[in-house]
Amino acid sequence: MKKTLLLFLFLSTLVGQAQEYFPTNSGVKTTENTTVAFINAKIYVTPTQIINKGTLLVKDGKVVSVGKNVRIPNGAKTVDLSGKSIYPSFIEVYSDFGIQTPRQQPNPNRIRQYEANRKGYYWNDHIRPETNGFDSFKYDSKKATDLLKAGFGVVNTHMNDGIASGSGVLVALNSSSTDAYRILDTKSAQYFSVNKSRLSRQAYPGSFIGKTALLRQVFMDAKWYESGNAKNKDLSLEALIANKNLTQIFNAGQTNLNAIRLDKVGDESGVQFSFVGSGHEYEDIQEIKNMNATMIVPVNFRTAYDVSNPYLANQMELSDMRRWNQEPSNLAVIAKNNVNFTITTHTLKSVAVFQKNIQKAIQYGLDETKALEALTTVPAKLLGKSSEIGSLQNGSYANFLITSGPIFDASTKVYENWVQGNKHVLSDMNAIDVSGEYTLSYNNKNLNLSIDGTKGTLKNGTTALKSKFSYKDNWVTITMNNQNDSSKYTRFVGAFDDNQTSFSGTIVDESGNESSFTAIKKSDKKKASKKKNSKSTTPMVVPVTYPNVGYGFASKPKQETILFKNATVWTGEKEGILKNTDVLLKDGKIAQIGTKLRARGARVVDATGKHLSAGIIDEHTHIAIFNGSVNEGGQNSSAEVTIEDGINPSDMNIYRNLAGGVTSAQLLHGSANPIGGRSAIIKLKWGETADNLVYKNAPKFIKFALGENVKQSSARVNYRFPQTRMGVEQVFTDYFQRAKEYDAAKKSGKPYRKDLEMEVLAEILNKERFVTSHSYVQSEINMLMKVADKFNFNINTFTHILEGYKVADKMKAHGVGASTFSDWWAYKFEVNDAIPYNAAIMHDVGITVAINSDDREMSRRLNQEAAKTIKYGGMTELEAWKMVTINPAKLLHLDDRVGSIKVGKDADVVLWTDHPMSIYTKAQTTIIDGTVYFDLEQDLAKRKAIQKERSMLMNMMLNEKNNGGKVQAPKKNLNRANTCETEATELN
Amino acid sequence: MKKQLIYSMLFFLCIGNSFAQQTPASKQTKAFSIEGATAHLGDGTVIDDSLIMFADGKITFVGSAKMKIARQGTVINARGKHVYPGFIAVNSTLGLVEINSVKASSDEEELGTMNPHIRSLIAYNAESKVVETMRPNGILMGQITPRGGRISGTSSVVQFDAWNWEDAALKVDDGIHMNWPTSTTFRWGAGEGVKINENYSKNINELSDYLDAGKDYLKGSKSPKNLELEALKGLFDKTQKLYMHVNGEREITDAVHFAKKHGVDLVIVGADEAHKVTDILVKNKIPVVIKRAHLIPGNNDDNYDKSYKTALHLVEKGITVTIGLEEGHVRMNDRNLPFNAGTYAAHGLDKEEAVKLITLNAAKILGIDNIVGSLTVGKDATLFISEGDALDMRGNILTEAFIQGRKLSLESHQTKLWKRYSNKYKNQ
Repeated sequence: MKKTLLLFLFLSTLVGQAQEYFPTNSGVKTTENTTVAFINAKIYVTPTQIINKGTLLVKDGKVVSVGKNVRIPNGAKTVDLSGKSIYPSFIEVYSDFGIQTPRQQPNPNRIRQYEANRKGYYWNDHIRPETNGFDSFKYDSKKATDLLKAGFGVVNTHMNDGIASGSGVLVALNSSSTDAYRILDTKSAQYFSVNKSRLSRQAYPGSFIGKTALLRQVFMDAKWYESGNAKNKDLSLEALIANKNLTQIFNAGQTNLNAIRLDKVGDESGVQFSFVGSGHEYEDIQEIKNMNATMIVPVNFRTAYDVSNPYLANQMELSDMRRWNQEPSNLAVIAKNNVNFTITTHTLKSVAVFQKNIQKAIQYGLDETKALEALTTVPAKLLGKSSEIGSLQNGSYANFLITSGPIFDASTKVYENWVQGNKHVLSDMNAIDVSGEYTLSYNNKNLNLSIDGTKGTLKNGTTALKSKFSYKDNWVTITMNNQNDSSKYTRFVGAFDDNQTSFSGTIVDESGNESSFTAIKKSDKKKASKKKNSKSTTPMVVPVTYPNVGYGFASKPKQETILFKNATVWTGEKEGILKNTDVLLKDGKIAQIGTKLRARGARVVDATGKHLSAGIIDEHTHIAIFNGSVNEGGQNSSAEVTIEDGINPSDMNIYRNLAGGVTSAQLLHGSANPIGGRSAIIKLKWGETADNLVYKNAPKFIKFALGENVKQSSARVNYRFPQTRMGVEQVFTDYFQRAKEYDAAKKSGKPYRKDLEMEVLAEILNKERFVTSHSYVQSEINMLMKVADKFNFNINTFTHILEGYKVADKMKAHGVGASTFSDWWAYKFEVNDAIPYNAAIMHDVGITVAINSDDREMSRRLNQEAAKTIKYGGMTELEAWKMVTINPAKLLHLDDRVGSIKVGKDADVVLWTDHPMSIYTKAQTTIIDGTVYFDLEQDLAKRKAIQKERSMLMNMMLNEKNNGGKVQAPKKNLNRANTCETEATELN
Repeated sequence: MKKQLIYSMLFFLCIGNSFAQQTPASKQTKAFSIEGATAHLGDGTVIDDSLIMFADGKITFVGSAKMKIARQGTVINARGKHVYPGFIAVNSTLGLVEINSVKASSDEEELGTMNPHIRSLIAYNAESKVVETMRPNGILMGQITPRGGRISGTSSVVQFDAWNWEDAALKVDDGIHMNWPTSTTFRWGAGEGVKINENYSKNINELSDYLDAGKDYLKGSKSPKNLELEALKGLFDKTQKLYMHVNGEREITDAVHFAKKHGVDLVIVGADEAHKVTDILVKNKIPVVIKRAHLIPGNNDDNYDKSYKTALHLVEKGITVTIGLEEGHVRMNDRNLPFNAGTYAAHGLDKEEAVKLITLNAAKILGIDNIVGSLTVGKDATLFISEGDALDMRGNILTEAFIQGRKLSLESHQTKLWKRYSNKYKNQ
């Protein structure tokens, strides 16, 4: 790596534009070594080091000298740039310029692939750090022209393929030269992405949570390999290790949460990534800031939605309309929060809008100096190339822009973009502006001509005449229609005089007769009043809410001291139901229960006629998880993944569950494989960050699954083991046997290869992690208990457990709890014997039973689901209520903190308008840790606010459309439900 | 594939042999008098301390228990309990599919786009294990509806205690089900917007032409015979209704105009946005089969209780509303129909109006209100007694149920298993 770098440094310093030691066969050998001096320019050596009327001296593609008093050597070519400015040209950090992305491998049989395609490399085909972008680089002159026009001088490019996608190439956009000069670095950075390689169909990882797990393992393996303990050769790991001192660039995709999670993976692995961001970092700016990463930010502002048809527009969501309004302010927010950032053209359909979008960002409050830094010094530093690019210090490459004025002004013209001392003309800076009002005289006739730049209009008096005008290289041609007969023309052709105030030439009339004409300037064109002042009025940006969707909070809600007076209290403890009782919530805890309570500073709520209970706990749900992060089904075991990597804190189902009195939930991995992923146990704190939803010091859980899903009963092709319940048993036995051996090796003190999956399984064996297993029929329930017995651990919970009633005695003996549906059955063969009396039977045998949802709709009615155990099986009301409160708390080992109304427990309570299990009840107020997260009155206010904001944004978009702005079809979100069965979206 | 076939066959053998439905009750021979219950008549009225009597399958008396009148036959003391007319599940696929994921057990959707001639009745499995679990929740009748296509087929109304489909039929071929096209299109995937469906008018015209062709055919010699068009007859002579499955406000409006143009009796089914076009529904007296309350609103900006309030918004305008069990819904959950009605009541609808949704209104819409739907003298004695409020899970505990005066078994495959395993542990 260093060698190649040195080689190129050598090449570019010693050699001029003609490759010096190459033989010449086309004529006598000449060596070009002209010095060019740009004088009288306003020179931005860096965004903050500015020289007025300075001189920039360029030789051999580099800056020789820059300053106010630079001596211009004899023989130097001088370019006078009075009134003009010089800026360092921009650097694009993230691009696939000149590197073709491979085509997706076909999958004609649509068979899921488990094995890797390669040998001698990492076991997973999507880890390809050995890819050298340089190997497939081919300079793309056409794209280079676009980038040069946008102001870029240097591009950092790479092969955009795979989760670890290899190293990149740094290229100067020196189109008139060769790769020998313009390649600045063949290993400029190491790249990562959240997309799998197109060169392989290997199924793993199929989810975002699988990708984070894989990356953790990769970095662990690299350490193991580096320590020399590996027995095999692994070219991928060798490359990863070799690239470790490069800048590490991660394209995190469209979600801030991805970057935030991946930054954590980096922290755990000792790697600091720079992230290609989402373009809406402002929504999570505090967390983005805490990452301490350089953000590479796209400026792909969405166009307004066409809301002229209300029928289509109604299908849109506020959050999308808001993003249209808020996105242009993203860079300003990032800059104000002192996040280190650079700007990329990545995701722009056309680079041509780049400058315009930067101007827009400035209009929305981005500081101009910060913008310039983000395009020059910041990316140069990020790439470790500050001495070569990004500024115009002595010795830097002569990569600079010549402009008519401030670079980010809409009216500024960029004349030239010089790269490595080679000039690319964008607009002719010597072209003379002949704009003005002229009188054109011929054959005793006078017409008026008004010229504006290169456009001109002929008028008879003030009436415009049909005509065509052109002005180029000092020559004017006009073709004028006969105003009555459009098939006849009169033509003028003439040249400007030296003083540029008149032009004259020949006129050819409709009949072909030639004579002469003159045009004399009457007045200069009145320049359209510069609308520069509009910059001072920042456009209206609607405020961000927490989360930034409908029903979000204007500011995060605060903990309160609340005193409920005179409620019917469902304690869930041995006290049962207490009538006319007061409950005090203080410091996030249940502080007092009693009568005639008083508390200074407390907000008193009259709860007469109302019921107060502990918040509902859903033992089994998949809400608040990003689509595609529920199941990592690419392998039989995915113990290495954790749902905590896939939490979506702005899922509307959180809010809707709060409206159903739910305060805590276990977010479970799906049931695609026997050994699933680790759970996230959360409180439904609407508006909080993903991390803050998760219980602190929560007990550790993992999801297992049995039956039809794991044996792929609904798959079209059956080829993956296991296909039967017989095979499922062996999968568990095999994994636990290996985990046992792994744990023994680990405890022996000898070096061992750290394996995330085995670590998690060993936790189960060591009773540090609990198992919740998806289960249906009695045979498999019994089987899993026996496997656990064999390895001396316990299954903590069977979830679904629809035939639990058939083996309740055995379950009791094993000490396992049950979390089941109230009345679901008949949706597949294995639930044919499921009965709604299941919960009651298991409870009567002495098992701790909970009722769960596994469904985002049912979860908001879990109080009703609990009530069904009264109907089916005759449970008492008190016991029925426990099935959605203290019992799930017990199953989750959280019963010391939540699940009942008891002094000292977390203040997670619900005030109900009626008996909590009545069909007619509503959750009036839902409180978590003493903070109100849902309230019927607040909800009404939010509805009004949503309507108001929707119509305001729609009017703004209509305004944009009616003023000629671009629009796109309204966006609709298919809010797909996550269930156990939800496969990851990219199963290939 | 072969394996699957074998599994399916095995599965059917199982069903055929050991799991037949409860034996249907025999014809009512002696009278019953239910005394002292709170009677919810189904038409919106309640009689506290009521007396309901029925004989020969028909209701003979509905009034106050205070009336000094001779009690006929067996007297059931139902003090503290509630009596309701049998609930009716509209737009259901009960009996057409036994287990969702077992394809061999599914008979709900035929190939083809225009299937008016496809009749659900003959595929209705009167011995379905799923159907028998409806009865203990008070659901005693259902409209069995085929799915799929532009015209899905013809539904029939059945009662849930019969030896076979023929005996089950309450109203044969009650209506034809049509899926109205959507005026907007949307493709899943990033960046895809909602667009106008350019084929919308074309799709409507195809339907229009089809009905016109039917009319012309029926007026002509009918030779050669056209099974499809033949099946449209009932629409034009108004012996059958047109059940239009349609959701958007524009679509509902267009469907109403369509029905008027073709002179057919329209029922709107689905009706997500019916609350936005109540004027045209009221004006044309169009009844509506809404979806269940237990649904997630479609748009994140929607109120959390949007689907809990659909009934209220239509009933308060005077529209005849019932609850349908729309497509995509797992049919075993049809037994929660009363609790859906209860949810509507929880969110603003009058409780007796909520009862009416799944009794008299359903009967009216299906055209069977002359025989069922309310506790009215002369109607079928299809009713049940519940320990408490049947719209509430805690109260919906049936003690007796009758269809056409026949006293039903309230057992099912599920209660048998319950008892079998409860006894197992008791005896251990």
